[in-house]
Amino acid sequence: MNTEDRRVVVELRDLVKRFGNVTAVAGVSFTINAGEIFGILGPNGSGKTTTIRMLCGLISPTSGSALVAGADVAREPERVKSRIGYMSQAFGLYRDLTVDENLAFYGGVYGLGAEFAARLSWAKQAMRLGELGGRLSGVLSGGQKQRLALACAMMHAPEVVFLDEPTAGVDPAARRLFWTIIRERAAEGVTMIVTTHYMDEAERFDRLAFLSRGHLVALGSPAEVKHQFGESHSLEDIFVDLQEKDS
Amino acid sequence: MNAERLVAMVKKEFVQMRRDPATLRLMLAVPVIQLLVFGFAVRTDVRNLPTVVFDQSRTQESRAFVQALVATDNFAVKREVRSYAEAIEAVDAGQARAAVVMPPDYARNLKRGDTAPVQVLVDASDPTASQSAIAAAQLVGQRTNMTLVAARTSAGGNPLTNLPVDVRVRPLYNPALANAIFIVPGLIGMILSNTLIIITALTVVRERETGTLEQLIVTPLAKWEIMLGKIAPYVLVGYVQLTTVLVVGHWVFHVPIRGPLPALYGASLLFIIASLGLGLFISTLGRNQAQVMQIAFLFLLPNILLSGFMWPREAMPAAARWVGMILPLTHYLRLVRGIVLKGNGLTELWPQLLALAAFALVFFAFATRRFSKTLE
Repeated sequence: MNTEDRRVVVELRDLVKRFGNVTAVAGVSFTINAGEIFGILGPNGSGKTTTIRMLCGLISPTSGSALVAGADVAREPERVKSRIGYMSQAFGLYRDLTVDENLAFYGGVYGLGAEFAARLSWAKQAMRLGELGGRLSGVLSGGQKQRLALACAMMHAPEVVFLDEPTAGVDPAARRLFWTIIRERAAEGVTMIVTTHYMDEAERFDRLAFLSRGHLVALGSPAEVKHQFGESHSLEDIFVDLQEKDS
Repeated sequence: MNAERLVAMVKKEFVQMRRDPATLRLMLAVPVIQLLVFGFAVRTDVRNLPTVVFDQSRTQESRAFVQALVATDNFAVKREVRSYAEAIEAVDAGQARAAVVMPPDYARNLKRGDTAPVQVLVDASDPTASQSAIAAAQLVGQRTNMTLVAARTSAGGNPLTNLPVDVRVRPLYNPALANAIFIVPGLIGMILSNTLIIITALTVVRERETGTLEQLIVTPLAKWEIMLGKIAPYVLVGYVQLTTVLVVGHWVFHVPIRGPLPALYGASLLFIIASLGLGLFISTLGRNQAQVMQIAFLFLLPNILLSGFMWPREAMPAAARWVGMILPLTHYLRLVRGIVLKGNGLTELWPQLLALAAFALVFFAFATRRFSKTLE
């Protein structure tokens, strides 16, 4: 929607993940284009987080394959890691480090070298971190923590960013600001892949994949997904239906 | 290998260490407390055992012998007793922990060249405490003999067929020279390994528990860069601990440092890295801090029991000796005692150096291998 670029940056082919005899992801295939805000939606336990972790090289698929930014997640997970940004569900930065120290750490870890100063000021401005540089990360508000986490995940200017439930437990004003930032990054051409179980956020995605019990049950723009389930349904209705079927 | 990544990792660990001054203080205070507790406990128990004397000889010679015992600092004469039974009674009642019985004909026998038997009764209910007293008593006997033999030989008399003084210690325990000077260098190794193993064992698992590990392993940091970054600050902590224990040991317990200091510091680097590597390895074995602590204790107990820190390894069964061989502390103890007490240099101690280098390498490699950059 934001870009003419229809280049595929993420491609899942029949991706499967089993933990023991529990199948968390049961053969999911879809593609994500460059610059898209792509949503992975579904109730708890639908396989969202497992899918996103496979795409980040954090867990290896049981079968099937996925290409992320040109690298195979099963065969070359470390290459995937250097090309993507990832923001975990729980706040994963060092609470005993200041905002600047966290940014410096991730800048160093991604080997930014001479580019660091420029990226640091970009990150603080783009993520609205303003005067927070010297503040300990542990004392930030929920929204500030989320923005700092995204800043750290994007210090190395990745072309694909994964955000696992980024707005969970954040107040509405902070959520709105966070979505503004996500849209800005997508407008710059970065592919933003976001999981959520907030249905009111579904309309914000360019395209979305609906997961239920590890299966892909719907794929497309919010309008298309509604169409697949019948025009009378809101996305929220569809979600509740799926959840009831699950439980 | 990426220097920038490694530097970022090391820097971050240092900042985190600085942000936690309570733990830092603990890491520096614990060695001193342990040293004082162990050092003084050993010292006061072994030294100045309250002693009663039953001197039936009442001569200059007999008093000289008792005086020589007192001079070792192992015996403190509380009072004289008037019978053998009274001496036994005093030890039985716990008023004294040692009794010296000089025979009535002590001086006469010495002059005649006959053996003069002296009895030293030591309350050995605490064997570690009594060992040193037993050894000291025997040492005094030997020394007296040597002086007497030398005096007689230089006076042109016939060489003695019997030893002049026969010190009989009862009940007899395996005498070993254990004293504060022997214990303190061992403490250096014990304190270093135990604190360093626990600290590092907790670091990786703490990142797992606070959720920062997930964010860390999605970066391009290599596994060994993470491992090396984790231990780098603690090498410094190890050196500070080593120095503290050495200084306090020297000032408070008068432990001599006979060998070269650079050798001690060089050899200690290998031991510190080996201990940190072991800690890291333990860290990769557990999922949470409680589990990791349990596993760490699995190593800490043998460290104390089988390394030769408390009891001589020579007296252990073969299996225990074998287990002791796979503990870095066993090898480091020989090194540190060799350097500090015997004045050895590194040339005499290369087998221990080699062993420690191997441990450092193997543990670090194990830890790096076990550490996973995935969430499975």
